[in-house]
Amino acid sequence: MGVGLKPQHCRDILDARPALGFFEVHAENYLGVGGPFHHYLGRIAEHYPLSVHGVGLSIGGRDLDLAHLDRLAALLARYEPHWFSEHLAWSRHGPVCLNDLLPVVYDEATLARVCAHVDRVQHRLRRRLLLENPATYLESRASTLPEAAFIDEVVRRTGCGLLLDVNNLYVSCVNHGRDPPAELAALPLHAVGEIHLAGHAADVDSAGDPLLIDNHGAPVAQAVWNLYGQAIARTGPVPTLIERDNDVPAFDVLLAEARQAERILQTAPRALPA
Amino acid sequence: MIDQAAFARALLDPALPAPADSLAWNGSDPAARLAVHRNNVMMSLLGVLTDTFAVTRELVGDAFFRAMGRDFVRAQPPAGPVMAEYGAGFADFIRAFAPARALPYLPDVARLEWLRLVALHAADAEPLSAAEIAARVGAAADLAHWRLRLHPSFAVLRSDYAAVSIWAAHQAARDLAGVDPRASETAWVVRRDLDVEVIPVDAAAGVFAAALLAGQSLGVALEAVGREALVLDLPATLAALIRCGALVAIEPTETANE
Repeated sequence: MGVGLKPQHCRDILDARPALGFFEVHAENYLGVGGPFHHYLGRIAEHYPLSVHGVGLSIGGRDLDLAHLDRLAALLARYEPHWFSEHLAWSRHGPVCLNDLLPVVYDEATLARVCAHVDRVQHRLRRRLLLENPATYLESRASTLPEAAFIDEVVRRTGCGLLLDVNNLYVSCVNHGRDPPAELAALPLHAVGEIHLAGHAADVDSAGDPLLIDNHGAPVAQAVWNLYGQAIARTGPVPTLIERDNDVPAFDVLLAEARQAERILQTAPRALPA
Repeated sequence: MIDQAAFARALLDPALPAPADSLAWNGSDPAARLAVHRNNVMMSLLGVLTDTFAVTRELVGDAFFRAMGRDFVRAQPPAGPVMAEYGAGFADFIRAFAPARALPYLPDVARLEWLRLVALHAADAEPLSAAEIAARVGAAADLAHWRLRLHPSFAVLRSDYAAVSIWAAHQAARDLAGVDPRASETAWVVRRDLDVEVIPVDAAAGVFAAALLAGQSLGVALEAVGREALVLDLPATLAALIRCGALVAIEPTETANE
């Protein structure tokens, strides 16, 4: 069980040393060379395994940013985290970085490009990448594959793992009128290496249908807890992270969510049906 | 392959329609859904600017800051995904931003806030101890040809206005009573342990430290001060550099004799 590491919580964590399995950081927040961010991460890393979660590699974009990949390689060499993950999304176009996770088209050309990028990343970083399923709001007429089939094929071709973001899965299902249990079952659950849990906000689209926003700014919703229970019933116990990036509460609040996840995780079957 | 260029343009320009291929399962207007991304992009980048340029924002108020920030984001979106590196051009943008002309010190306050962010993430380095300094200085026959290397976080802000006092007043470090905004000011910026400090100094100490930062020898740095018709209190300035942990090496230049 892990919690996303926020700078404002570092002192509390080092003082209390809560029983947690790991902490996760956004890679892009640690690409400076020195100062307090690295000071505290270094001290946290003395006591806990780390997961490094990239948010800016733009794996679904036209070109991979190789200079950025080099900086990620240096960060991973510095901390040797247990896991490295990134998103099935794009965020850069040419010289402009948009600082958001944007939807990819699910067609054969994009599939080939994403697989080439994942291969390149895994080769450069010399480790298995966990690729996160996206939260999306728009679909493309150009898509020819269902999202789960696209992800399954990336996993099959590249050998990467799946970071199953249960909140993203739920958000995307609601936003596109899909059935969450069916979408869950269609994903390559054998490849899940980590699970993310986070909160979302609720809005409506122009037709009055619900539009959920993956804002990481609220407690985990009950529907997402339920889907998490269904997920781990199929995957078995998997390292699970509580993510909170906006309206960040006191650390104890996040710890309580991690404990809630732990209780659900304990219901997971140890031996899965073959 | 879909047109990510059109998508990217539409994100930064709200007057453009949603990309032609976009659709929603229920036939609803894709523009309403694209708005989620537009909001993510703008709000996250305004959040970055708000975190970095907190005093600049206090000086102009939230509404003005957001309007100015939006223009900046559209004119100069990030070139990379590391948000601690976004905003280098903001001070110059403000300088050219006509609605901000009534506050001529504003670009320098923003520049100071930028230097503080850069200092926060700069490389670590151990300051020289008093014993190390004494040993190096004692061994040098001709100190003018030696180079004083400053901490990687070190920077100099020179302002034609009272940007340093105005910034400090917003840290509760001092109040603005008696501050003439048109009085020029200089400050050193340096990270000491984990905190970035802003140290007001006189103009001569600013010129001197800037020359050292540029890699000049002690003698050439003193000449730079003289060229600006300023007078440096060398012992006091060296003591101040040592006191704030800014001195990390004393090295001979090629022409120096040990």
